[in-house]
Amino acid sequence: MDITLALYLLIAFMIVAAVIAVEAKDLLSSVISVSAAGAGLSIVFLLLGAPDLAITQVVVEVLSLVILIRATVTRKDTTYDLRPNTFAVAGGLVFCALLCAMCYYAFAHMVPFGQPRMTMGLPYLLNTFERTGAANAVMGTILDFRAYDTLGEATVIFASIIGAYVLLRHVGRKPDARHDTHR
Amino acid sequence: MRGMTLIVKTVTSLVSAFILLYGIYVVLYGHLSPGGGFPGGVILACCLILMVLAFGKKFVDDIVSERAPYLWDCVGALAFLGVALVGYYGGSFFYNFLVSPESHQGAAAAVAGNYRLFSSGIILPCNIAIGIKVAACLVGVFAVLSVFRPEPRSEDPTR
Repeated sequence: MDITLALYLLIAFMIVAAVIAVEAKDLLSSVISVSAAGAGLSIVFLLLGAPDLAITQVVVEVLSLVILIRATVTRKDTTYDLRPNTFAVAGGLVFCALLCAMCYYAFAHMVPFGQPRMTMGLPYLLNTFERTGAANAVMGTILDFRAYDTLGEATVIFASIIGAYVLLRHVGRKPDARHDTHR
Repeated sequence: MRGMTLIVKTVTSLVSAFILLYGIYVVLYGHLSPGGGFPGGVILACCLILMVLAFGKKFVDDIVSERAPYLWDCVGALAFLGVALVGYYGGSFFYNFLVSPESHQGAAAAVAGNYRLFSSGIILPCNIAIGIKVAACLVGVFAVLSVFRPEPRSEDPTR
């Protein structure tokens, strides 16, 4: 069972989808390309043995696709024109080369896959089943051993969502400002 | 925002109950199978958003008020914090005081006692709280972005 070829194909597909998402003139095409990249990522998670992440990824991708399409389709003009700028292209190429060089040195000195130097995760994996009673080791880790981190994440989501409500709701907004801002 | 065609409405009314049931399953059995509070909550939110898109704004206004998502969002967050604080009953923050005692007796007893809905202590209530919170906040974001906005004026033919 060789999943390396499948992984390379999926990563190539995701890169192509991401490039299309950046370069497409139509906003709807961009949104759909972003979702294609997300779907590829969920299949990558599934192949690498992380079904929790795969479920989360595919579900969030579907929801964000719906929300983004609702947000873009109701605009009148869904295209935009971005002229190629010489300085921007040159700067992008320089930073791409820099990033590739840094990635080369970083990956050359990386610890081999599956043999981490820090063995903090090992007691979690060995004791999850007996200490927490959860058959799913991921859930036993994030809601029992590391529940404090999860509380922090929930707080971040809560704060951001409340901020979005406050900025977008209509309760405290002046009546004449409505028709200018919702489009 | 009007609803969609009769075909979409019929399929939605047949399917939405099963989507809701699957979301509840993913939330409740997060400690036994892949899933958990976050994906389950997103599935619940997807079901509600499907109903909003298929049946239109009026149908959903009768069920969910504009305040309900904020309230359930706060309820979920406070319930998660409450489960954490109740851990002081056992000694510390987030102490898993509900875990069944036979699961500490070694691997054999753990296998016998662990594959149950109530085998994992506070993980189940935490999952339920996170599921409520995520579902409510995503429905609220969708509502704020699309449903409760004022109707576009008549020169827009697509809506």
